[in-house]
Amino acid sequence: MQPHIQIRNLNVFYNRDQQALKNVNLEIPHNQITVIMGPSGCGKTTLLKSMNRFLELTDGSQISGQVLIDGEDIYATGMDVTEIRKKAGLLAQHPYPLPMSIFDNVAFGLRIHQMKKGRHLEYAVQHYLEAAGLWTEVKDRLHQPATRLSIGQQQRLCLARGLAVEPEILLADEATSALDPISAQHIEERLVDLKKEYTVVLVTHILRQAKRLADYVIFMYLGEVVECGPAIQVFDHPQQERTRAYLEGRF
Amino acid sequence: MKLPGFENSREGWKQRSSLEFRHRIDKFAGRLFFVFSIIPVFLAIAILVMMIYKSWPIMKTHPLWQMLTGQVWKPDDGLFGFLPFIAGTAWVTLVALFLAVPPCLLTSIFLSEYASHSLRAFMKPLLDILAAIPSVVYGVWGTIAIVPFIQNKLQPFIHQHLGTLPFINSNNPTGFGILSGAIVLAIMVAPFIIAVLYEILSNIPEGLKEASLAMGTTRLQTVRWVVIPQALPGIIAGIVLGASRALGETMAVLMVVGNVAQMPHSIFDAAYPLPALIANNYGEMMSIPLYDSALMTAALILLVIILIFNITSTLALQHVLERNI
Repeated sequence: MQPHIQIRNLNVFYNRDQQALKNVNLEIPHNQITVIMGPSGCGKTTLLKSMNRFLELTDGSQISGQVLIDGEDIYATGMDVTEIRKKAGLLAQHPYPLPMSIFDNVAFGLRIHQMKKGRHLEYAVQHYLEAAGLWTEVKDRLHQPATRLSIGQQQRLCLARGLAVEPEILLADEATSALDPISAQHIEERLVDLKKEYTVVLVTHILRQAKRLADYVIFMYLGEVVECGPAIQVFDHPQQERTRAYLEGRF
Repeated sequence: MKLPGFENSREGWKQRSSLEFRHRIDKFAGRLFFVFSIIPVFLAIAILVMMIYKSWPIMKTHPLWQMLTGQVWKPDDGLFGFLPFIAGTAWVTLVALFLAVPPCLLTSIFLSEYASHSLRAFMKPLLDILAAIPSVVYGVWGTIAIVPFIQNKLQPFIHQHLGTLPFINSNNPTGFGILSGAIVLAIMVAPFIIAVLYEILSNIPEGLKEASLAMGTTRLQTVRWVVIPQALPGIIAGIVLGASRALGETMAVLMVVGNVAQMPHSIFDAAYPLPALIANNYGEMMSIPLYDSALMTAALILLVIILIFNITSTLALQHVLERNI
């Protein structure tokens, strides 16, 4: 089967002289949790942001190479950036509830993309809140401002909001690092659940989290992909000296 | 490795000025800075006290409420009605804001959400320079450009097509009036309002905008459904702050607004805002009894109005900016 995401010769510069990604070549499989790990500043987030074309929001970023989702280059001219972002949803490090009610947060994407209306909308909102494991906690206060939720609940709301636009890919950028351990565990459980239907790409600098969740691992260092492969292989039999050093905590 | 002669020893300490002396200098410096920093506060209080003191004579014989609601301004006959001036101030300010706010909002949205880094770096200082043009220059420009345009083009045109509508019908043919004042004022406060609105919009967390964009919204959808709702309290506070600027603007408005003490009914009518009243008359006709006291009362009214606007908007802005951090 064709990999879900293919990255070919990807180079990313910030401000001309600062190279964040060096000639990255990767294949990310369908319906697995792919973990991008590595020390801070190694380009993990940059790599993730290349997959929903978020890099172009940064002034002075320059991108060359190809990122193919389902065989289509998302950087080709004529590609609609809103379509790409609808396909590859993002769960950010910090939850940012939109300035509206809990219900409207989840309904936002459905309304923007005119996917559901009326009763269907209400049903869909419930469905995605259930998928994010938040429904029972908020079903009696759907019309309160989303900012009143706890941080952990807000992150699950963001997950529900992201799922509501029916993406195929879920990009999670250190999605648990701002949360308390219980909330982090909630999110991890959700991600494991969701990989049946979505391709999940998770950035983390927590090695234990990578080991818990990963099916496929990408190890990065200083803007380069040092090693990638199935989790068992990379964790148990790393091919590269630098990977071995990182796994043993020698960084 | 220590240098010889600078050990932390009794001998070493003896060579330096005494510890006690240094502490004393430090304390003195602190007090000196404090004194200079509270001088402005004292000045503000002194000005307020002086104005109350000076306006006291007229308050004794004319109840404040009567002056605030009085429509007749005939100092020779002892009639001091401030309502025409308050109304004139309100008209000019409101029309100016009505003209200034929509374009300012669009400009600040463009600068904060759409413009590239380099364009922003070019346009921001340019707008700040506009704010530095002296008031009287705007006044001259208004007199030679805006007033004739209204007199010869706009007013006849509107009179011909919409002449019977309220707020537009007027028999003032000079061009000097509320609309001229409001246009000049709108252009004067625009850089200030843009700067405040830009500050508020750029204060919206990047992560919030990204949260919306990540769902495949266009920039306009993000602005409409996320940025503006989030910024709304700040936008309103910014506009009120702009209003408090406009309320006190004197010179440029005075030069084009007509300065007739009457209750205006149309944007083409002449008006006489409070600052113009004070600037035009203070120091003249002091022989009329209570005249200078009346002008002081006018200044006091203006000050109170502006203070209320300023304090509420500043507090609201502070609240909004802190919330977003």
